[in-house]
Amino acid sequence: MSREYETIIGLEVHAQLATETKIFCNCSTEFGAEPNQHTCPVCLGLPGTLPVLNKKVVDYAIMAGLALNCTINGYNKFDRKNYFYPDLPKAYQISQNDFPICEDGYIEIDTEEGTKRIGITRIHMEEDAGKLVHEGSIDQATASLVDYNRTGIPLIEIVSAPDIRTPAEARAYLTQLKQILEYLGVSDCNMEEGSLRCDANVSIRPVGQKEFGTKTELKNMNSFRAVERALEYEVERQKKVLAEGGEIIQETRTWDDSLNKTISMRGKEEAADYRYFPDPDLPPLVVDREWVERINASLPELPREKRERFVREYALPEYDAGVLTDTRELADYFEACVAEYSDAKAVSNWIMGDFLRLLKEENLEIAEVKMTPAHLAGMLKLMDEGVISSKIAKTVFEEMFKTGKEPEQIVEEKGLKQISDAGELEEIVLKVIEANPSVVEDIKSGKDKAIGFLVGQVMKETRGKANPGMVNQIIREKIESL
Amino acid sequence: MELCDLTIHELREKLETNEVTAEEVLDSFLRRIEAVEEKVRAYVTITADEARERVSGELKGSLAGIPLAVKDNISTEGIRTTSSSKMLENYIPPYNATVVEKLDEAGAVILGKTNMDEFAMGGTTGFSAFHETRNPWNLEHVPGGSSGGSAAAVAAGEAAAALGSDTGGSIRQPAAFCGLVGLKPTYGTVSRYGLLAYAGSLDQIGPITRDIEDAALLLNVISGHDSRDSSSVRQEQTDYTAFLQEDLSGMRIALPKEYYELDYNPEVKESVLAAVKKMEAEGAIVEEVSLPSIEYSVAIYYILATGEASSSLARYDGVRYGYRSKEAANVTEMFKNTRSEAFGEEVKRRILFGTHVLSAGSYEEYYVKAQKIRTLLIKEFEEIFKNYDLIVTPTTPETAFKAGSITAPLESYKMDAFTVPVNLAGIPAITLPCGFSSANLPIGIQLMGPRFGEGKIIQAAYSLEKLLQLENKRPELEVR
Repeated sequence: MSREYETIIGLEVHAQLATETKIFCNCSTEFGAEPNQHTCPVCLGLPGTLPVLNKKVVDYAIMAGLALNCTINGYNKFDRKNYFYPDLPKAYQISQNDFPICEDGYIEIDTEEGTKRIGITRIHMEEDAGKLVHEGSIDQATASLVDYNRTGIPLIEIVSAPDIRTPAEARAYLTQLKQILEYLGVSDCNMEEGSLRCDANVSIRPVGQKEFGTKTELKNMNSFRAVERALEYEVERQKKVLAEGGEIIQETRTWDDSLNKTISMRGKEEAADYRYFPDPDLPPLVVDREWVERINASLPELPREKRERFVREYALPEYDAGVLTDTRELADYFEACVAEYSDAKAVSNWIMGDFLRLLKEENLEIAEVKMTPAHLAGMLKLMDEGVISSKIAKTVFEEMFKTGKEPEQIVEEKGLKQISDAGELEEIVLKVIEANPSVVEDIKSGKDKAIGFLVGQVMKETRGKANPGMVNQIIREKIESL
Repeated sequence: MELCDLTIHELREKLETNEVTAEEVLDSFLRRIEAVEEKVRAYVTITADEARERVSGELKGSLAGIPLAVKDNISTEGIRTTSSSKMLENYIPPYNATVVEKLDEAGAVILGKTNMDEFAMGGTTGFSAFHETRNPWNLEHVPGGSSGGSAAAVAAGEAAAALGSDTGGSIRQPAAFCGLVGLKPTYGTVSRYGLLAYAGSLDQIGPITRDIEDAALLLNVISGHDSRDSSSVRQEQTDYTAFLQEDLSGMRIALPKEYYELDYNPEVKESVLAAVKKMEAEGAIVEEVSLPSIEYSVAIYYILATGEASSSLARYDGVRYGYRSKEAANVTEMFKNTRSEAFGEEVKRRILFGTHVLSAGSYEEYYVKAQKIRTLLIKEFEEIFKNYDLIVTPTTPETAFKAGSITAPLESYKMDAFTVPVNLAGIPAITLPCGFSSANLPIGIQLMGPRFGEGKIIQAAYSLEKLLQLENKRPELEVR
């Protein structure tokens, strides 16, 4: 007899903060440098060195906390998390144990049942560890190399409440969280470069039961999709274990992306005792109200607010507003265009269509796009004035995007000006009518749609430059008068 | 007296008036080292060549041309820094401690790195991985520890003065044992950047000198805010020599009864009380007070200090620098073997103890409780300093004992009872000689002040020094 189960998921997200320098020394945080280039006696943990807190890290953590509706704690302290590993130079990680900087917030996500709140239990600051590089495969390698560039890069760990009920919700939570952090500019959120990492706790319980079931912790998921798939697999695995009369064991499991399954890593008994205690090298950090106020005043508009405002202010469909507010850069670009050209829906169509297509094709960041919002607005005005047709506009747009030239210049140089001279167009129309007698017969006998074919022929003759409205009218006049 | 028996200020005078050259001063010290080091064994590394090179150039600053010794747990760029441990036997740091930079800027000449108990854990210098250091007043006896090498070097004329570090008494106890002045500054006064940590919440660097004036001179150089040490206090640069005044009138002195009720060497107690009488005769007001939490200070010191040490010393894992075991099949074994092979007995004992007090299940019971008592102790000291300028006690319950005579760890830990409360409270304290035992071993008197009360204790100690006139006594070492 199969029972109905409810899934309980909690996520722990580590986000590298986008500060210029590390959390406790002045080394650069730049990604991709030669191994061990960005190191100094402090981040290498050489005997006698001491940490000095980078205040920017605190600014960013507060910013994240405010954006995620958290309470910011006035009294902060740093603790040592002790464990031995070659990538951890001091053999302890400086973290925050019992006094995290932010607590008790939430994120709103969209689900099929509507908006849902996922609680944020806490956010704390800590330092990243280095990276081990094995020569060849990990089993066969005769030596392991350590790269300490990443050591001391600031992290915030964002711990969700166990409020997530499906793998899809988990993904929605991550997507929303990533979007918020990117909007704030506090993290690059690049999963491939490891600036965003996610572990998941998952358990199941019979529907109606109050107590949580035994949970497992999932690690090594390198994309949002992997998180979703790992959770889907794990939920099914747990159901199967229970269905077979077994028991869930509290353990840490690693996701194998190629095998498409989770594999047991270590049990509860092997869990480390980190022996947290206050770091004597860092005095308690007091975050006063002015500090929080200063950060609060600098907070940008967040994605959901922006989306709602776009619908309200520009009368855009929800869908458009969602696409346009996907990133802060895109939303800013859109608004800069609207400032120059007030038909927001027209701007939206071009940005959602050709702009995003070309961005993807050319593999560009918005900041790298040569076409300015003024260019796009200029092109839309040329259309309104009948200087170019919408078809020609596509060509102009692509050219602007690639070269950054003014629309007028492109129209001029390429001779793309619309032909609106009635005499000139009449000549071409007559030629087309002459060459297509059977089509003309069809039109006369009432197949009105066939006009389109003749319009197309005229456009072909003029390489798209003919004013389509005028062409349509002239064809009708000529056929009637035949 | 030879040049190497003079104080910093005496040498400065001779150098400034061109009576002697920096080369002549250095030669005197190097000759003394040559003569006595074999017996005293104060140094781990002697940097005679670097010192000669340095005096060949022009030196400027308040310590120009003064030969000093530095404890071997203070990082010196290009000069090995071992903490007297096999673990760091060949470790050569790529950077200087802030205090070493400051000595350098002041024109001091570093003669070498002094022996100590391994990682500053011990009170005899007998826990050095390399060799024992002996007391110049009696070579059968210990010089104290952990800064025993620094104290012995200064007492023997192998350095004009030295830097030590004090976590629970490691400057004051050896200074007292060797008949010298030792100052543990207020926590946060001297930068810890470059001091190999034993317990970061208690560690403080300070001077070991031949008289109070030298202590003030050296403190002037090494103190001051350092942006590389978050526990370093932002305060205006103080000129501590301004407090070198003979004036005890109206000075309010507290004698904590807990210190005087205990049963310990009566010669020590009598000598200290005699000194207090002399201060009273000069106008000081002396009263008995009580510090009830003192009773727990040794216990909580060993909980807090070893807890921190178990973490601070975890970095010595064989991965990046220092000793690495050759016998290991995998990385975990490498960690284990490296630490088992390269740490000494006492360091292992304290790491194990510290690991235990931080462990789940013990943390609340030991560490958290100890922190609470520490807070209580701090408050008791604050209360006393509301009404008194100084607290006066013996520095140690005994004089320097025979090497090898105290072997039980608990016995030796009790020897710290008079010094550890000062570190726990973060306050300053100075020791100076107040007499000699019947066996002609020095006895130290300890003056404690409130936080940042260095000025007051320097003034009182200077006044007492002038009353006692012991500062020119030097041990008679057989010279080769």
